[in-house]
Amino acid sequence: MSARKTERLLNLVICLLATRRYLSAEQIRRTVAGYEDLGDEAFKRKFERDKEDLRDLGIPLETGSDSPFDDEPGYRIRRDDYSLPDIAFEPAELAVLGVAARTWQHASLGGPAFEAVLKLRAAGVDIDDAVPVAIETRVTTSEPAFEPLRRAATDRRPVVFDYRISGATRHVEPWGLVSWHGRWYLVAHDLDRADTRVFRVGRIVGSVTESGAAGSVVVPEGTDIRSIVSSMNVDTDRLTATLRVRPGAALGLRQRATSVTALPDGWDLLELAASQVERLADEAAGYGADVVVVEPAAARDAVLARLRALIP
Amino acid sequence: MTGATEQLPRLLSLVPYLLTRPGARMAEVARTFGVTEEQIARDLELVYMCGLPGYFPGDLIEVDITAAGRITVSNADQMRRPLRLSRDEALPLIVGLRMLADLPGLQDRDAVDSALAKLESAAGEAAATAAIAVDIEPAAGRADILAAVHRGLAEQRRLHLSYYVPARDETTERDVDPMRVSVVDGRGYLEGWCRLADAVRLFRLDRITAAAVLDVAAEPPPEAQPRDLDAGLFQPGPSDQRVVLEVAPTGRWVSEYYPCESVEPLPGGGARIVLRTPDTRWVRRLALRLGAAGRVVEPPELAQAVVSDATAALAAYTAAGLAN
Repeated sequence: MSARKTERLLNLVICLLATRRYLSAEQIRRTVAGYEDLGDEAFKRKFERDKEDLRDLGIPLETGSDSPFDDEPGYRIRRDDYSLPDIAFEPAELAVLGVAARTWQHASLGGPAFEAVLKLRAAGVDIDDAVPVAIETRVTTSEPAFEPLRRAATDRRPVVFDYRISGATRHVEPWGLVSWHGRWYLVAHDLDRADTRVFRVGRIVGSVTESGAAGSVVVPEGTDIRSIVSSMNVDTDRLTATLRVRPGAALGLRQRATSVTALPDGWDLLELAASQVERLADEAAGYGADVVVVEPAAARDAVLARLRALIP
Repeated sequence: MTGATEQLPRLLSLVPYLLTRPGARMAEVARTFGVTEEQIARDLELVYMCGLPGYFPGDLIEVDITAAGRITVSNADQMRRPLRLSRDEALPLIVGLRMLADLPGLQDRDAVDSALAKLESAAGEAAATAAIAVDIEPAAGRADILAAVHRGLAEQRRLHLSYYVPARDETTERDVDPMRVSVVDGRGYLEGWCRLADAVRLFRLDRITAAAVLDVAAEPPPEAQPRDLDAGLFQPGPSDQRVVLEVAPTGRWVSEYYPCESVEPLPGGGARIVLRTPDTRWVRRLALRLGAAGRVVEPPELAQAVVSDATAALAAYTAAGLAN
């Protein structure tokens, strides 16, 4: 944006904040600096774009009229709608605000977080008056699809993207994004499957395209995106496994064991619940000679298959 | 990510900022706004041309800059408050505060809750719509352990930790002078001076199986520096070994799960993965897990170690009479 345009817009904002009555386009044209020497059409176009620019910045431009006899709409900005409310924070609150703001430093929302802190400073909130705090938080959003999905979820717009797993093009209504075990997941209503789906953001290929109007997606009341992702990741424990474990080894398994019995040969017999044969086999195999799966037989066979494949 | 703002939004914050800080130093203002002093000077030149319609001297915003670079702005009553927070601006602060609120055993829980309440109230509708859209899994860790960690930090006292390392399948006992808790992508760590290693170490909060606050003052030496979180948690080290793995399509998850130096797709859907690590024991466990779905290509000693591990494991099954 050129300096001249910025100047004109700043003057427009000041004028619309100052007025108590609605100002018509003509009144604005005559009084606000920057609209001189323009033909009617040219002014109309310029003013339309200016109004859009103000709205894009989040400035609450109000249209209305003071009297029912006014043909033309008027404009103004109501101070209470425009301004950041008066807000004061204690030093301990400033400290945690600072931590929260730094969280996104190197993620997609780093810019907006910085702007937010600037606005607070401009309102007299001095983040630097914080007490020192011994916590730092960081969030990364390295997946290219993250930011377009976040915008679409916030704007409530449907999107289209290609997903590596199925190789198909997906049409979804994004509800929200969840960071789970360090990875981002999209919770959405899948339009083709007419059901809720969770997508791994890192597996989205290519671009995310908006495919509908803002506000057209309705998120069901009471939707808890975090619990949707967590329940999709947790399996119910359906099997009981019995394992021989060398003394002192496999602490990870011991911590979850429902029972531990010492055996005459010095090993321990563990019983624990597991959700799937393959997952149990993965875990047991990793412990090598320290763990022997006794039951279920399917899990034992799965471990033996892994081990045998490694012997040339 | 600083200083990337457009001029107009910056001016809408700059004017109220200066109105509340008569005599602010140019250098500090530039630093706060993430732009050069030249840019602030240009911003002020523009502001100085703006004001109420009529634009007579009394209508225009007044800007005074002393020779020493101190700025005073006046006659800008219309701009005394900054613009309200947008949805995109409210979101990161609210999500960030909620991450802190979710941290088990946190000392300053009240401060987080009240800051969040104030912010949500100030952001109004912007907070409501934006914050539903992003959520971060709470950092795992037992509340009682984390309470001890936070207490050690607050009182600057040494901690005695029992710490489980899955890659070595062992629990070690250590005395640690706590420096900081870091939560990165939902995973919590205690950073502290480990008196056993005589170095700064990161301890994953969910692997601390016991923590006791000792009656000893924490005394990390002057060279103890917390990690630069923006450089990434796992930084290459001098003792790193280069490992090359080839995985089948069912083993592709490895490249998504571990930090890799390079991933080359192979015909058939598999991949050739190169990574570096100071300790290859976890790679041996991974190879056993993968079985036919993976193969250690380099270094040859590591590949051989995997064969020995698998042989020893099979022997254990045979000894137990379970090798069918």
